[in-house]
Amino acid sequence: MSKTEAFTDLADHIRDELEDIILNHSIDDEELCLIVAPENICATLQFLKSDKDCRFTQLISICGADYPSREKRFDIVYHMLSMTLNQRIRIKLHVGENELVPTATKIFSAAGWYERETWDLYGIYFDGHEDLRRLLTDYGFHGHPLRKDFPLTGYVELRYDEEQQRVVYEPVKLTQAYRSFDYLSPWEGMTDIQLPGDEKGTIPERGWKQSDKTVGGQK
Amino acid sequence: MVHSVHTEEVIEVSAQTQIKPMTMNFGPQHPAAHGVLRLVLEMEGEIVERSDPHIGLLHRGTEKLIEHKTYTQAIPYFDRLDYVAPMNQEHAFALGVEKLLGITPPRRAQYIRVLFCELGRILNHILNITTFALDVGAITPALWGFEEREKGMRFYDAVCGARLHANYFRPGGVAMDMPAGLAEEMLEWTESCPKTLDDLETLLTDNRIFKQRTVDIGVASTEEALDWGFTGPMLRGSDVAWDLRKSQPYDVYEEMNFDVPVGKTGDCYARYLVRVAEMRESLKIMRQCLKSMPDGPVKVNDYKVSPPPRAEMKDSMEALIHHFKLYTEGYHVPAGETYTAVEAPKGEFGVYLVADGTNKPYRCHIRAPGFAHLQALDFISKGHMLADVVSNIGSMDIVFGEIDR
Repeated sequence: MSKTEAFTDLADHIRDELEDIILNHSIDDEELCLIVAPENICATLQFLKSDKDCRFTQLISICGADYPSREKRFDIVYHMLSMTLNQRIRIKLHVGENELVPTATKIFSAAGWYERETWDLYGIYFDGHEDLRRLLTDYGFHGHPLRKDFPLTGYVELRYDEEQQRVVYEPVKLTQAYRSFDYLSPWEGMTDIQLPGDEKGTIPERGWKQSDKTVGGQK
Repeated sequence: MVHSVHTEEVIEVSAQTQIKPMTMNFGPQHPAAHGVLRLVLEMEGEIVERSDPHIGLLHRGTEKLIEHKTYTQAIPYFDRLDYVAPMNQEHAFALGVEKLLGITPPRRAQYIRVLFCELGRILNHILNITTFALDVGAITPALWGFEEREKGMRFYDAVCGARLHANYFRPGGVAMDMPAGLAEEMLEWTESCPKTLDDLETLLTDNRIFKQRTVDIGVASTEEALDWGFTGPMLRGSDVAWDLRKSQPYDVYEEMNFDVPVGKTGDCYARYLVRVAEMRESLKIMRQCLKSMPDGPVKVNDYKVSPPPRAEMKDSMEALIHHFKLYTEGYHVPAGETYTAVEAPKGEFGVYLVADGTNKPYRCHIRAPGFAHLQALDFISKGHMLADVVSNIGSMDIVFGEIDR
């Protein structure tokens, strides 16, 4: 049984059991992804963990992703691993800016720090988490740095002040303007565009190929 | 120290009296904290009631930085995560990008990558075991082990020009081929290295003090290890035979013949034994790689992804253009997302990569094994003595580069 077939079976099984909960699912590149509503995340995780045909006993990670143009701008992505099936699964939630997400710490102890990290970096609040403090950023940090509207340089910098004999925070001063090189171009070689009159240019599947020499100096 | 107590200051202890546990600060400059770990410990006498690791002192915003760099520029950031085994992490990123691009590196490149990942595993475990021993009072292993580590790092140097921050793996292969004669030197080293491992074992494995400090300390049962998201030697120490190199093989691991050592007791000593056994298995894999490594190219023959050879750029216009475009704009990765994980020395190192069709990753989440392990320090140290916290940290193989990212 190929990996994709195994995933199709698994997805069918999960959809049968959790009919009302799974909003959508996809299998891309041999990776199975479920989309559920935030309020159903605990039920989904609990089912995947305890069902005898799934046994996703390990929560590998939880992370956020920011898509500011969407109405519900954040994704929360859960990755789980089943050692019995030797398969991974990804669960996604779409969350708006001030929405609460139920905590998964009751189901997996490992969720604790991952949720703290997501709160810290994206500002997504996990309801029921007992210890939702910032994790990675500085004590007293403002803002959520992994949001797309947070600048790469941040807002404050710190230095040791000789007179005050302590570290002081100051607004960021850049001696040289931040240079964001944008070389993005519609380079035809990378995007499979067929130019008019250039039909023979599309013969190689991707890119320009050379036949007689090898690459890397090895014969 | 004994203080004289004035009679009028005697504290009355009744049934209603609540004694607040003493809070103790550990780190962030403590030598046994393995970097910049700050622990806030709540103590009941010398027993640890609760430990609260404060991390983030080495947070550099790697994930944010990667979002602003092209795929090629992102690779060096992976060296700086777990700086003890840099190439293993580049491997995860390279595999993820290859998956999105739909390319497979040539056989020789796969062999080289497996070879250097296993070298990285040995270097990592030598560092961990010797510093762990140092933490619990043995200084000689560190002196002997670091000598061997230095020999191994010379191979890193020979192949990429840097002892630590390699920047050697590329999506589609490796940056350049191994220099002539290196394979023979490495083969020789794999024959001499077991002697050092034997020496380290004579110092530690049956050492009474080392065993007193590690046996039955920091026990994690199989269920607990799974619940807390343990991977790698931490999980295998708790009696779970799980190794991504076996169960979800990548590159040429499928063709390698090696065993997965498993510990039965789940304590610090079991994790130590697993690591020692793993080093011997890694040497076995290295020998197999070196003996059966085929000749051939070391990166994909597709100039849209990997640069053309320098010589060709001198007389081919197209090669020059490709080189220029690759080092300014970089290559475009088709939109998609993937979670790709490798068995790094510390455990499962995964990269969740979201590509939006441009030359920069849209999102790159890094799943570091040490993050999940350190989180469990509270549960693993509860009820232990203060000195055992040090053993637990040592056996967890903590490196802050990857935890703080």
